[in-house]
Amino acid sequence: MSSHDQPIKAKHQRMVLVILAIVAIVAAGLIAAWALRNQANFFYLPEQMQADPPALGQAVRLGGMVKTGSIEEQPDGISVRFVVTGNEASQVPVRYTGILPDLFVEGSGVVAEGSLQQDGTFLATNLLAKHDENYVPRELEGLEGHQSGESDYQSTVLAE
Amino acid sequence: MIAELGLAALWLSAALAVLQLFAGALALRPAVGETSEIAVYVRPAAMVQAVLAIFSFFALLWCFAITDLSVKLVATNSHSMKPMLYKLTGTWGNHEGSMLLWTAVLALSGGLIAWLEHRLPDRTMNATLAVQGFVAIGFYAFLLLSSNPFERLPVPAAEGQGLNPLLQDIGLALHPPTLYIGYVGLSVAFSFALGALITRNVTPEFAKVMRPWVLGAWVFLTLGITAGSYWAYYELGWGGWWFWDPVENASLMPWLAATALLHSTSVLAARDALRTWTIMLGVVAFSMSMLGTFLVRSGVLTSVHAFAVDPERGTFILVLLAIYIGGALTVFALRASSISEGKRFSASSREGALVFNNVMLSAILGIVLLGTLYPLLTEAFDVRVSVGPPYYNPVSAIFAIPMFLVMAVGPLLRWKADKPARIKIELTVLLAVLIVICLLAAVFGDYSILPVLGLGLAGALAIASFLPLRGRKLTRVPTATWGMVLAHFGVAVALFGMASEAAFTEERLAAMAPGDTEQVGGWTITLDSVDPIAGPNWTAFEARVEAQRGGGAAAELAPQSRTFWAPIQTTSEAALLTRWDGQLYAVVGNTAGDGRWQLRLWWKPFVTFIWYGGLLISLGGILAIIGRLAADIKRRRIVTRAEVRRAELKALRQVEAT
Repeated sequence: MSSHDQPIKAKHQRMVLVILAIVAIVAAGLIAAWALRNQANFFYLPEQMQADPPALGQAVRLGGMVKTGSIEEQPDGISVRFVVTGNEASQVPVRYTGILPDLFVEGSGVVAEGSLQQDGTFLATNLLAKHDENYVPRELEGLEGHQSGESDYQSTVLAE
Repeated sequence: MIAELGLAALWLSAALAVLQLFAGALALRPAVGETSEIAVYVRPAAMVQAVLAIFSFFALLWCFAITDLSVKLVATNSHSMKPMLYKLTGTWGNHEGSMLLWTAVLALSGGLIAWLEHRLPDRTMNATLAVQGFVAIGFYAFLLLSSNPFERLPVPAAEGQGLNPLLQDIGLALHPPTLYIGYVGLSVAFSFALGALITRNVTPEFAKVMRPWVLGAWVFLTLGITAGSYWAYYELGWGGWWFWDPVENASLMPWLAATALLHSTSVLAARDALRTWTIMLGVVAFSMSMLGTFLVRSGVLTSVHAFAVDPERGTFILVLLAIYIGGALTVFALRASSISEGKRFSASSREGALVFNNVMLSAILGIVLLGTLYPLLTEAFDVRVSVGPPYYNPVSAIFAIPMFLVMAVGPLLRWKADKPARIKIELTVLLAVLIVICLLAAVFGDYSILPVLGLGLAGALAIASFLPLRGRKLTRVPTATWGMVLAHFGVAVALFGMASEAAFTEERLAAMAPGDTEQVGGWTITLDSVDPIAGPNWTAFEARVEAQRGGGAAAELAPQSRTFWAPIQTTSEAALLTRWDGQLYAVVGNTAGDGRWQLRLWWKPFVTFIWYGGLLISLGGILAIIGRLAADIKRRRIVTRAEVRRAELKALRQVEAT
């Protein structure tokens, strides 16, 4: 090995490696932070969706309560229309095609994944409802705090 | 009585953990070379503790098996009508039981290293076991002070309150214990890393000792994640196999750290480089296990898994987490400068590739960690956020794609320094395969960019994983190398499954009356009938669906919509039809009222490859353990034999001299 390309000393190499690792991980952090800030716009309450609607067709989540008496089954047998209400008088009409979650009922909380359409309807591709009597989607806790404590059953925690 | 014995055993093991910590720590006080009298207690303490903790777990298992309703945990989580299998699995289907399992596995791994591991210097071993005892004390305290699984009711309950029906599944029987062994197995890596750091013994010899334990934990984690993914896939009935749910992330993060750790341990063992980095990863890997436990057990995050919120216990685990990670980092900061630099290497060498991928894995780990914790952070400012696939998929891909590329090339490079020109042909072939597959997929299909890249990378990686065997006599290839080949090939297989599922899945949603026919992905689906049926603790509507493809015989699927009695809850039982080239997935929904039933059907080409890949990766890990251990035992035997011969020669010479 010629003298001019004598590899850097071990100590220096460690330093270079540490710096490179830090640069890469900081870069990951920055990219993540940037992407997460965009995610902040990912979840909407009905009042937010009315005041500052997302771009048409953009994939977002809408969370709120299913308005009592608003569930209408469509003639194709697989679609439903319902209205999601928020804290104030705000409401957003939703259309969903698919199998309804087991605990999807009127007056209960729901998170709909989908996008806003031209006519102001929220087209849901997926509905996240409560999974049992105790579980409330975290985003909705403030909306139906009165319900979560009522269950007779001791809370069950899934071991993972 | 059994419950009291279990509790007593738990207290005794806690006391032994304290003995293990103090004996191990005091044994470090005499200078190197001197022996300490108290050191003789360290190993027996760890072994007896393991036996007692396991006994305690079996005592709880017994209470569940006989449905002892005077034990509070059994009364709240079990039911006398439940099938026996689910009574038993219900033992760890709740907070206290699963923490007891966690702690029992922790004690077991400590006991195993105390019993089996005799290759390290005594000082390092004592320090390692002291750390292991220290970790165990925290979890015993957690169990005994805030989550006693053996608590009695003042008046025995008349009947148990059941178990969540989602949890009454064979997947639950296998998935959590496997994952726990992996999680907690990483505590061994943590203890070894700190033991070596405290006794300034970070050497290739130490890495060789630690490697099989890391590999073992990693194999269990891989199996646990694979099983968990398949369980979510067929049990939740949503057709997805990974949801970036915080609980899933909690198992993925230790896996990412353990994967990085086992590769950097290999570099340390083979080349005596990356000393501090390996120690750091050992600390990070177990920290991620504990963080995962915290996230799952405290229920602080949005999760389909966390059915309950229990902030008090969450705080307890958080404090433990702070003590262990803080303590480990303090030791690290104090001692890291005393570890001299390892051997150097050039950027284009196998070490270089491994370092690069270590950094990529760490970056992905950071991305998953930030995404998982971000909703907690924003909640402090009263902003509710959900972080989902639109964040995780593209952002982690930024680092995963270069990682897969380097992973294909790394094993072909030589240690220390290599010229990329030497493997020009291999590089050209791999690049050609990657580009051709991507172009074909892009031209003939209308898929998004990530699945297309995934298909190309999977193809290139599948070929690359076998290239290290090129030009070698296959019968002479070491078992550990086969392990690497198989594990890397498993990654390619899993990646192919993921990309195919994302690119080629076909979905059909229909309201069908009996006799109606639908088409999905080349299959003709006929609904025969929908009948009410009853199981041991549920009733259901079962759809009989006939599926037929090409001219083949018809197969029957029977998806159900089940209603359990205790507690009352409805779940969808998906039906799966597995063929070599994919799976047909059927879910039955509600009746539309006019005699029609909602059916959701998916044809998912090659989706099974995801889990076959996971199994191959685990198998590769097992082969690597066997290979490494066998080679090590053989080497030691030769060394011993040579020493004996030398001693004999010396004795002979002395006899001749006199």
